[in-house]
Amino acid sequence: MAVDDMASAPPMTTSGGVPRTPMATTIIVVVSKPQGSRWEHGNAIRGTGKSATVCYDRRMPAATASTTLLAMENGADGMTLGLKGDWRLDNAAAIASALAEVGAAESQRMTVDFAGLTAIDLPGAWLLRQHLDALQARGVVVDMAAPVPEPFAFIAEITRETPVPVDSEGQGLPLLARTAAAIGRESVEQVKDARGALGYLGRIVHTGVQALGSVKRLRLPAIVRQVYETGIAAVPIVSLIAFLISVIVAYLGADQLRQFGADIYTVDLVAVAVLRELGVLLTAIIVAGRSGSAFAAEIGVMKLNDEVDALKSIGVNPLEVLVLPRLIGLVIAMPLLTIIADLMGLAGGAMLSSLLLDIPFSQFLQRMQEILAPTTFWAGLVKAPVFALLIGMVGTYRGMQVRDSSRELGRLTTVAVVQSIFLVILADAIFAVVFVEIDF
Amino acid sequence: MAPEPIISVRNLVNRFGRQLVHEGLDLDVMPGEVLGIVGGSGSGKSVLVHTMLGLRRPTSGEVLFEGKELSQLSEPELRAVKRRYGVTFQHGALFSALTVAANVQMPMREYLDLPNDVLDQIAMLRIRMVGLQPDAVVKLPSQLSGGMIKRAALARALALDPTLLFLDEPTAGLDPISAAAFDELVNYLRKSLKLTIVMVTHDLDTIFATCDRVAVLVDRKIIVDTLAGIVQNPHPWIREYFHGPRARAARQEN
Repeated sequence: MAVDDMASAPPMTTSGGVPRTPMATTIIVVVSKPQGSRWEHGNAIRGTGKSATVCYDRRMPAATASTTLLAMENGADGMTLGLKGDWRLDNAAAIASALAEVGAAESQRMTVDFAGLTAIDLPGAWLLRQHLDALQARGVVVDMAAPVPEPFAFIAEITRETPVPVDSEGQGLPLLARTAAAIGRESVEQVKDARGALGYLGRIVHTGVQALGSVKRLRLPAIVRQVYETGIAAVPIVSLIAFLISVIVAYLGADQLRQFGADIYTVDLVAVAVLRELGVLLTAIIVAGRSGSAFAAEIGVMKLNDEVDALKSIGVNPLEVLVLPRLIGLVIAMPLLTIIADLMGLAGGAMLSSLLLDIPFSQFLQRMQEILAPTTFWAGLVKAPVFALLIGMVGTYRGMQVRDSSRELGRLTTVAVVQSIFLVILADAIFAVVFVEIDF
Repeated sequence: MAPEPIISVRNLVNRFGRQLVHEGLDLDVMPGEVLGIVGGSGSGKSVLVHTMLGLRRPTSGEVLFEGKELSQLSEPELRAVKRRYGVTFQHGALFSALTVAANVQMPMREYLDLPNDVLDQIAMLRIRMVGLQPDAVVKLPSQLSGGMIKRAALARALALDPTLLFLDEPTAGLDPISAAAFDELVNYLRKSLKLTIVMVTHDLDTIFATCDRVAVLVDRKIIVDTLAGIVQNPHPWIREYFHGPRARAARQEN
């Protein structure tokens, strides 16, 4: 509809407005479409010479719809770019597509005529200026017919200083070299990271040994708070998960063992699995998710807030105040949580056995006493403080690494949780092998 | 006829619990002026600006943007008003996950439907406008110095060609040379772009270098006068403010 209207409307330059010269004349007509109508490319309007392109900007307000933005005329002394209509920010998409039609091949000499312009603002002028600069760089002579609108003076002002070229590091390299560089950089980072972690471990041990010398430097209130936050506050979730997992294990085990009439071995399965592995491992994973992330986030925010530097400036070792209480607190809390997880796990197994296998509670206990070696319980519990140290170290280390931005904080908190769970499972595997070897 | 104010605050009351911050406050911001808002800590400067921006509903009273009351506007109308002003926050408030270019493009992406290359070009315009080097576009806010953050925040505030610019402590935390350069930039942009600027500041140098009028928040009210007039005001707090030891040096220079 708009196209048809336009073809006969007076402002259109297709029929009468353009002086017909023997030369081929190209007219670029950019039409804005009224709001609410569908975005589409209109039919090409036949110009006096080659062709005309029509496209729409769908965001224009209805009042200023149907406006030509740019008319190119080839005259005797080069091409005239007649700017028309509204060259403001709202129209920027249409302006850009109109300018894209103006190529260097069209003419070696161009004159910009602002007479038909209704409005132009800084972005509009900037887009034109950038395009003209690109043309000039390709050897086109560009003139601006007076009066030149105001924004151009401002642009001349802000572009007076020649910009420093943007530093594009390694972008010109071929793919293979870039891949090699990326692998190399990553490897160096990993080695640095490992060395950093080792150094961190050393500093913590050093600080810890120093702090053990005096009660004041051990910061007991902070440790107690950490035991509460990482231990007591985690009791409900650890209990629930240990209970449910052991019910699942007992259920699956009973289902299999019943086929051999070996129901009673469900007790063995649950008791050994919970005490040796499940209790401590589940606890460690939950603690890594709860407290490992909390350590990284708390210390990370303090880093961002310069609180860590403030501590240093007061002459307080941040490792002593922030890291040690968390580590000691967690080392105390984890074994306690593990015992609770063990109890709840056994309770889950006992409940399932009595409901599903008709093994009453007293028989469950008796069977447990028969089969459990005195070391089974300890084989699980000894791992708890080790896991606690791993989780605490990774969490606080990643927290200390936070610099500059909140994005780093989120990234390093995630890294802390993923790495501490990975390390816990790795350590558990090593424990398993060692315990088998030494028959523990 | 006198020009219409671009923003008027009428009989504004702001109350937090039992604490009365503003008590029947009136303020007009005229087009083309630079208005400085000063006041002691806790005098409600930020609350006033937040109310003027429509980010906070006043306890009572009204804020008119070009004659339209903010609280009566529908969501799209309010959006249209918000398009007309740009804001910089005290600490820059640049989105830390985005590069400078993406920060500047953010308001344009929200309000306009432009292809990426056009956005890139216009972002470059804004960055040149505020005197940043083009290589700053690819940087993250954490890689910028304090002065560059203020400039990048200004570039973002200018993204949509606002008529009205709110600057919250634009020179706080800058060294005197950067602060003076920022003042110069504000004056320059104001002249070139015919901006109206409302500025919350404590920096006396900035006030003397840029402001036409000064609004002082004292005793839950506001006292507005020209820069020359406010200096002569007999109110004890204002006297102390403009005649204290730190003010003398600033005034002599200007």
